Amino acid sequence: MTPTLSLKDIRKSFGGVTAIQNFSLDLFPGEIVALVGDNGAGKSTLIKIVSGVHLPTSGDIALDGESVSFSDASAARSHGIEVVYQDLALADEQPVYMNMFLGRELTRKLFGLLDKGKMREETQSLVDQLDVRIPSASSTIRDLSGGQRQGIAIARATHWASKLILLDEPTAALGVAETEKVEELVASLKERNLAILIISHSLDQVFRLSDRICVLRRGEQIGVKKTADTDKNEIIAMITGVHNQ
Amino acid sequence: MTKPINAIKSLDLQRSVIYFGFLGIFLFFAVILYDDGFLTSRNLTNIVLQTAPATIMAIGLVFALSAGEIDLSFGSIVAVSALSAAMAMQSGPMMLGVAAGLGAGILIGAFNGVLVAYLRLPSFLVTLATMGLFAGVARTMTDLRSISVLNDTFAGIFGSGKLFGVPSLVIWTIIAVVIGHITYRNTRFGAHVLAVGDNARAAQVSGIKVPRVRLMVLMLCGATAGLAGLLYAGRLQAAKYTLGESDLMTVIAAVIVGGTALNGGKGSIIGALLGSLMMGMLNNGLILMGLQVSDQMIVRGLIILLAVAISLRDVRR
Ligand SMILES: Nc1ncnc2c1ncn2[C@@H]1O[C@H](COP(=O)(O)OP(=O)(O)OP(=O)(O)O)[C@@H](O)[C@H]1O
Ligand SMILES: [Mg+2]
Repeated sequence: MTPTLSLKDIRKSFGGVTAIQNFSLDLFPGEIVALVGDNGAGKSTLIKIVSGVHLPTSGDIALDGESVSFSDASAARSHGIEVVYQDLALADEQPVYMNMFLGRELTRKLFGLLDKGKMREETQSLVDQLDVRIPSASSTIRDLSGGQRQGIAIARATHWASKLILLDEPTAALGVAETEKVEELVASLKERNLAILIISHSLDQVFRLSDRICVLRRGEQIGVKKTADTDKNEIIAMITGVHNQ
Repeated sequence: MTKPINAIKSLDLQRSVIYFGFLGIFLFFAVILYDDGFLTSRNLTNIVLQTAPATIMAIGLVFALSAGEIDLSFGSIVAVSALSAAMAMQSGPMMLGVAAGLGAGILIGAFNGVLVAYLRLPSFLVTLATMGLFAGVARTMTDLRSISVLNDTFAGIFGSGKLFGVPSLVIWTIIAVVIGHITYRNTRFGAHVLAVGDNARAAQVSGIKVPRVRLMVLMLCGATAGLAGLLYAGRLQAAKYTLGESDLMTVIAAVIVGGTALNGGKGSIIGALLGSLMMGMLNNGLILMGLQVSDQMIVRGLIILLAVAISLRDVRR
């Protein structure tokens, strides 16, 4: 099977600082890979490389076997890659449906005016489908809870992604119940045959969700393990570099 | 029982303050100035005519503020545009004057816009500087002299003319408000303006060309100020460097009172229209009340302060 995303020998340095090096990973459709590592390990940098925010200093990126290079975030998006950013990238004063269609608003044929009705409808059916419970598609983002916002950001990514979704600490700011809800949501994306790369600092979450775990330490790729074949102690040892068996 | 309470709770104070303020001031003057002719259709029409330039500039400012920018230079643009139009029409045809007036406005707006959008200088400082710069330019254009506009067609279309009995300034106001409102609420450009002012980074990662939006809103401010300059020149049949000088406070107050957020992402064209009419009523009413100019200024300042304080209450919580 061709991997959805294939990274080979990715390296990125900022001036003298090497944020990531020798990174290689294949990500398959319907697979969830967790990216773990301490603060500053290079996780966000890696996501930014895949999403077109940063160009890698060297290395190859391939999508469905075809080599690609993204000049900016829009270029990655047009290839079916969506990102759920740590800060969610939602416009707080705008209604849910406008956020769902941010930058890709639907218009009518007549004078190219916005088709708000259709955007509202599609948003409603999408949040219903994903069971994100919000008062309505017209609610203002500012009036929603953290979990609801996270749900909207993920629903938006789901709606537009045709290949790959990247999630940067999607539950960092959430309570227990809301975290559970978001995890359910992420798990359900597998059925859509999307490839998913998720950054998380919660190992419990990583073990609940992922098929494989990829460990980074100070920009080095320490290893990739099948979640079923490893345990927390091993992963912690890989993250910290300390073996305390 | 709970329904009315919920209705009151769900009332967006920021959005509704303008309706109450507008109605309150209208009723106040209608009662105490009844004998002075406040309610006559002639006086009411006059208010609309006098506020036309401010209303049109307010529309540009709604777009700028919604995108998270501000324009302080529009008053100076008015003068430069009016003078450019008047000078062009001294020897040239009307269309040349219109092109010169609008062109000057759009060009100055583009100048502001390029500095803000591509050099990332704060619009507050850029337009504060260009406000002074172009006030100076307006003064040097004619050596402080005023020039008259002798073109009757121009004076009709942009000033005292009528179409089917409706004064042209009223028609300009209606056209500007309708186009402004539809653009703001129902086009992709309007949505992008709001998104940029709300969360520029989110807009950018969503593929919205943020610098272009910033450039466009400042050009739009220049264009509306240019049109306002033409309307002043048309109504007065003359242009002078003092035109637009006193509009800065009025227009900003009209827009803020009309429910547009100072920090972007939220606003209303209809609110700005009502805000502008409210400022016009205030001017008109205070004059009819026989207040001296200095007292008018004080009262107007206090009322604007009050209205702005109420409109912004929500933001500071
Ligand atoms: N734009 C940049 N310029 C310079 N250095 C950068 C830049 N972005 C990241 N870095 C550096 O690269 C390294 C990796 O950062 P990165 O944000 O990828 O870490 P992370 O694994 O996401 O950490 P965290 O868990 O804290 O989010 C850090 O040393 C960081 O300082
Ligand atoms: Mg990070």
